[in-house]
Formats: sequence, C-alpha cells, structure tokens
Amino acid sequence: MLLVGCIALLLGWAGIGLAGLLRPRSVFFTGRILFPLGALLGLALAALGAVSLVGGGIERLVLPIGLPGLPMHLRLDPLSSVFLVLLGASSGGISLFAGGYFRAGEGTAPGLLCLQYHLFLASMGWVLIADDAYSFLVAWELMALSSYFLVVTQHRIPEIRRAGFLYLLMAHVGAICLLLCFGVLQGGSWLFTFHAMRAAHLSPGWASAAFLLALVGFGAKAGLVPLHVWLPEAHPAAPSPVSALMSGVMLKTAVYGMLRVGLDLLGRPLWWWGLVPLILGLFTIFYGVLFAAVQTDMKRLLAYSSVENIGIVFTGIGLTIVFAGSGMRVVAALALLATLYHCLNHAFMKSLLFLGTGSVLHATGERNLGRLGGLIHRMPWVAWLTLIGTLAIAGLPPLNGFVSEWLLLQSFLFADHLPHAFVNLLIPMGMALVALGAALAGYVMVKFYGVIFLGQPREASLVHAHDCGWLERIGLAWLALGCLALGLAPVQVIGALSAVTAQLIGAVVPQASAHWWLLAPVPGRPVSYGPVVFLTATLAVVLLTALLVRLTYRQRVRRAPAWDCGFGALTPRMQDTAEGFGQPIRHLFQSFFDIERELPAPADRAPRYRIAIRERIWKLLYEPLSGAVERLANTAARLQQGRISVYLLYSFATLLVLLTVALLS
Amino acid sequence: MTHLPLYQQLLDTCAALLLLLSFAMLSQRRVVTLVNLYAVQGAVLAAATLLLAWRTGEGHLYLSAALTLALKVAFLPWLLHRLIRRLEVYWDTEPLLNVSGTMLVGLVIVVFAFALAQPITLLASTATRSAVGIAVSVVLLAFLMMITRRKAMSQVIGFLSMENGVFFGAMSASYGMPMVVELGVALDVLVAVLVLGVFFFQIRERFESLDLHHLEALKEHE
Repeated sequence: MLLVGCIALLLGWAGIGLAGLLRPRSVFFTGRILFPLGALLGLALAALGAVSLVGGGIERLVLPIGLPGLPMHLRLDPLSSVFLVLLGASSGGISLFAGGYFRAGEGTAPGLLCLQYHLFLASMGWVLIADDAYSFLVAWELMALSSYFLVVTQHRIPEIRRAGFLYLLMAHVGAICLLLCFGVLQGGSWLFTFHAMRAAHLSPGWASAAFLLALVGFGAKAGLVPLHVWLPEAHPAAPSPVSALMSGVMLKTAVYGMLRVGLDLLGRPLWWWGLVPLILGLFTIFYGVLFAAVQTDMKRLLAYSSVENIGIVFTGIGLTIVFAGSGMRVVAALALLATLYHCLNHAFMKSLLFLGTGSVLHATGERNLGRLGGLIHRMPWVAWLTLIGTLAIAGLPPLNGFVSEWLLLQSFLFADHLPHAFVNLLIPMGMALVALGAALAGYVMVKFYGVIFLGQPREASLVHAHDCGWLERIGLAWLALGCLALGLAPVQVIGALSAVTAQLIGAVVPQASAHWWLLAPVPGRPVSYGPVVFLTATLAVVLLTALLVRLTYRQRVRRAPAWDCGFGALTPRMQDTAEGFGQPIRHLFQSFFDIERELPAPADRAPRYRIAIRERIWKLLYEPLSGAVERLANTAARLQQGRISVYLLYSFATLLVLLTVALLS
Repeated sequence: MTHLPLYQQLLDTCAALLLLLSFAMLSQRRVVTLVNLYAVQGAVLAAATLLLAWRTGEGHLYLSAALTLALKVAFLPWLLHRLIRRLEVYWDTEPLLNVSGTMLVGLVIVVFAFALAQPITLLASTATRSAVGIAVSVVLLAFLMMITRRKAMSQVIGFLSMENGVFFGAMSASYGMPMVVELGVALDVLVAVLVLGVFFFQIRERFESLDLHHLEALKEHE
C-alpha cells in the first residue's frame, strides 16, 4: 500500500513538471504554486518513507510495463525507505526555496525548468524503488539527463556548457560500468530482476568484478577521487537549488546503489572488498578538504566539501564491508549506521549551505569570496540560518555532523579486533585521517562563513545587498531545523535506522542506555553522548557569561578605531582574504596542488597578483587519457580516405573474409 | 565419359558465357562497349532463365525471363546509352590496377569462388552443379570492377553486373527467388540507376567531370 502511495507521489512530481509547460513563462505560476506543491509532495514522500521504515516491512509490486519478458519490478524496503526520507525531506526545503529563487530571464524558461526539476526528483525516487536492473538503469539515466539540463540552465555561457559536458561524460562512463556490473550480477541466469541477482551464486572472482564495477560506476556519480572531477565544475555552473539537490540528494543515490549492490545483491561480501572503498574514501576525505581550503569561489568550495563528505560516507561503507565480511556483525551495523546517518546529515547541511550561497549570489551577483564580506548585517536571515549549516558541517556538537562522525570514529576503534594481521593495525591509522579531515573541514567552514558574512563588505556595492524572500526563508529554516533535529535526537534516528542494519547486516546495535536523551551505542564501552545535555549546558554557559558581561561592563563600553600600525589608511579590502586564509594549507600541502602564480615585480606601477590552483590529477590522469582516446580516434579516422574505390575495397575484403570464415567452419 | 542431358549442357554453356562476359567487362575500358556487354550478359541470363523455366515448368520463371529481357537487355542499356551520350563519357581513364593485373586477381577470385561454392553445390539439385560457383564469381568480379574503375559510369555498370550474378545464383541454386522478391529487386535496380543518373548530372555540374577522385575532397580533414 505504501509502495502504491510512493508511486503516486512520484507520478505527482512528474505531473507538476508537465503542468509547468502550461504557462512556461509565468514565474508566479511555477514559483508560487508548482514548486511549493512539489515541496508538499516531498514532505508526503518523507512521511511515507518514515512509516515504512518504522514498520520495517518489504513491499513488492510488478507493473506490466517495460521490456517484453521483463515487466517493471518495484520494491520498498527499509534501505530504500531511508533514502526516500532523505529525498523527500531535503527536497521539501529545496523546492520551497526554489519557488522563490528562480527568476525570469535567467536562461531556461521557468516552466521548462520546473519540468526538468520535477523529473529529476521523480527519477531519483524511481531509482530508489526500482527492483530490476532495467528500470534501475532507465531511472538512473533519466536522473543523469534531467540533471544535465538543469546544470546547463545558463547554456549561453561556454564554460557552463563545458561543465555540463564533463558531467554528462562522467555520468555515462559510470553508467557503462553499472551496465557491466548488472551483466555480471545476473550470473548466467539472464534474469535481470534484483530478486534473481540475490539468488545467483557467483564465484568469488566474478563477485569481486561486480563489486569493483559497481564501485567505479557509483563512485563516478558520487564523486569519489579520482572520479570527482565533474563535481567542482558542475556544482558552480548549476543554479543553487539544483546544486543543493545534486550535492545533497543525487550523490546519495549513488551511495544507495553502492549499499544495494555491495551488501544486498552480492549477499555475503568478502572482507577485503571493503579495503578498496575504505582507502579511496580516506584519500577522498583528505583530498577534498585540502582543495576546499584553497578555493576562492564559494560554490566550488562547497563542491570540494561535498567530495570530502562523500569520502566520509565511503569510508563508512568500506568499514561496514570489512567488518561484515569478517563476521563482526554488530560493529558492521555500527559502521553502517554512521554511513546512513552521515548521508542524512549531509543532505540537510550541504543543501542548506548551497541555498545560502544561492541567496548571496542573487543579492550580490558575486561568487568570488574576495568580493564579499560583512553580509551578516545586510542579510541576517540567510546569515544566521547558514551559520547552523556551517557549524553542523564543521562537526560541532550539538548539531548533526558531530553525531555521524563520532559514530564513525567509534566503529574505527573496533578495527583492532579484526582477525587479519597488519590490517587491524593499519585501519586505526585511518581514524587519524578522518579526525584530520574533520579538523580541516572546520577550518574550511571558518573561512567560508567568515569571509562571506563577517568583517566589513569588501566592495561598495555590497551595501545594496538585500535579504531573501519569505519562501526562501522557509526553505532555509526547514533545512536548518532538520540539522538541529538530527543533532538532538540521535537515539530516535538510530532506532529507526536499525531496520536497515537488520535487513542488510542481520544485526542491530543494541542501545545500552534506555534513556531517550543519552546515546550509548557501543555495548561494553563507557562511551555516551547526550546532545540535549550538551546544548543545555552550552546555552547556560553562554547566557550566564552574557549576563555577567552585561552586568560588569555595561557602563564602560567605548568605541574607538582599531590600531592600524600608524598606517592610517585601512580599507575593507585589507581584511584577510580567502587566498590568505588558505595560504598555510597551500604551503603545507604544496605537492598536492598544481599552482600557477603571477607575482608583481617590486617596482611595478600597477601590481597584479594572480594565482590559479588546478588539480594535478588533470595532468597525471585525465590529459594522458584523453590524449590516448584522441590518438586512437585519429588512427581510426585514417580509414576514411574519401576514395570510393578504397571504401569498396573495405566491403570487398570484409565480404571475402566473411566468406572464408563461412568456408572454413 | 558421362553424357549430360541437353538442357544441362545448354545451361552450363550459359554459365560459361556469363563468366566470360564478366572477364570481358573487367578488361574493357570503352564505356559504350561496357554497356553492350552488360546487355549481352542480360540476354544470356534471360536465355538461362527461359531454359530453366522450360525444364521445370515453373510459370513464374517465364515471367522472370521476360522481365529480365525487358529490363536488362532493352531498357537499362538504352537508358545508359542515353546517359553516355548526354554526359559524353565514352572512355574510362586508366584503371587503378592495370588490365593484366586485374585479370590475374580475377582468376584467383574465380578459384576462391568455386572453392566457396563446393558445399553449396553438393546441396543443390543436380541441374545446376557448376552454376553456383560461376554466380559467386560473377558477383565478386563485378565487385572487383567497381573497385578498379575511376569513372562513376563504369561503377554503375559493375553494380548492375553484380546484381546479374546474384540473380543467376538465386536461380540456379533454388530455381529463382519468390516472385515478390524478384520484382522488388528489379524495381530496386531500376530506381538505383535512375537515382544514380541524377547523381551523375549533379557530380558533373559540381566538378565538371565524372572522375570520382574529386569526391575525395569531401572527407573530413587531413
């Protein structure tokens, strides 16, 4: 019954999209009616997913459409329910925001945008409930295509078209791997339902091949290093609500796919499979956060931060598989909890941040951090709501980012019980990397927030920046509320997520404490976390301090200009810049970056400072690769002579060869 | 020495004539003669079809023979002659491979075709032992002719001659194709020639010549 409701909601999304074509030019119709309606459907979908998750049951449905011999199989189980909640709840906030965000005269017409947007949502939902390889891949491609069109909304700008192409290319490379993966998974039965794949018994070699193909396929969509290159290009190119949806939700469909294939379809995973996503994930964390630290474009910064968070998620998947493959079910369940929790968290906080940058972009027309600053005075709503997302993604308690990272670190602590020599020594070192990543993420977020919202406005035009409209405020507030709720009620969230661990791992994490406010997930270890207590204590300390300060210093406030070293001509442009903030990281980890720097000479009358930071991966991997492809294509192009005789000769030779083969066989 | 029945001897003679005509076309550079040779080939084909029709009593083979006569002996040669007059292409230039070389390659191809036809010959009815090998040879020789010529006109004749080979092969191996297919193929050939005729005028108008090496400029880039 829930599944039917779910299908109805997805069709409702598609219907809303089509309705956008009725009045394609009307911003009022799409923005004030259709997008909020879509948000309502999203919330309904989230509620439906939550009911299904708490119920913990599995529903199946076969619709008589699709290929002959392969009707469309759909299924709603705890794993898809979690991701449906994620999709519905975060898209609710994003759609509301989008209703106020899209304006007339910006690239694609609003009605068309509404169609692409809602098809994107519906296809993501379809991916989550698909139960056979065919409908999964159709939905997957629909998702890629609709999001491609959303990315190239401003298609008149060549850079955006290039970014769109890169995205499409990577999406298709990934899709090919998935196609092959499903081809391996059917295991000779030639039945492409997921049910048949679960029943297929693959040899360890083929199962490993399927796992690695899935890792490449889903990794390309999720943004696992070195397949992440499209993220920092496509996210800044897309309109902000689309970036939020892609980063917050679409990347998670790839995580869903990885969990579905790795832990569900492949049955019992081999323990060493987990090492691959674990190592790649750890590297991705480090790589993503380093590049985030040196960015000067605020959306690009967030894109790299998404790369980092995907690294955390894949680290969690890797740990889950290592533990599950080694028979440590309860710990595997703990790692899986951390993974799922982080997916939920990231969906809320990254969407919140992307939407915040969208508001800033609309108010100022500026994405470059070097021309922003001091916006907290002009845009208090955006600034304060974004602050919640910033704190959450930096991993500070009592917000949600802390919970999942804490759970992940807790599950790392069990790695020394693994029955494999060396590995049980090396994995705990990964924990140090995760911790370093978390610390650097905090650094990045200080830079992000500090440079945009704090200090003085670096440009005179920023004085005219205005706060966002009411629909946008509601959208931002909903996502911020999600961050708070996920942070304050971990016990309840984990209780709901246990249905998934029971389904995939066959174990649940026993919650040692019966208190609703105290999270103590690790049996036999004295670790616990009470976010409400923490919040109360923090609030009490802050209030008390404020009170004391007010009482003691009230009469003695005086305002004076800051000391300027006797220079006497300080301007807001002399504040610490984004480049300056990232400089220590750039200096320490120089070997990671491909830096091109232009420094002015001492006697230069018009000094100019320019720095471009590229990824080395372009020179090391992608340029040789594209060069090889081009050489291959040129070699093949030599076949094209332009002479009819030669073409006829080709046919003739082919005919002779085929006849000879026929003769010999 | 075994004595073959008369019709068998006649059929083998027709087949031999077809092969001979193919070689003659391969070596001929005068376009007008090429068209005449094609007409003769059509006539031999019609005779062979008639022979087979008389032998088997299949009604549609009579029709097929009549069609061949009308189309390949009368109409297409007339059309081609008219084209030659209007386009004033009487000679093909020197072929890409000289005549003696082409003939040698042709010999090798005939040997290959007979080797290829062997398993089919074993399956075929007794009436048409050697015919299949010759049919395949005619197809391949026509193909060879298309490859070695420069002028579009000769290539069209090669194409038509190839169709003759296919027709002969189908007839000798299985007493002709179904009527519908035969009619369809005849129509195809007719249309192809008409379309190519139009095409010739276009090429000549563009390049003031029918030499196909001008078309090499159409490739993408160096």
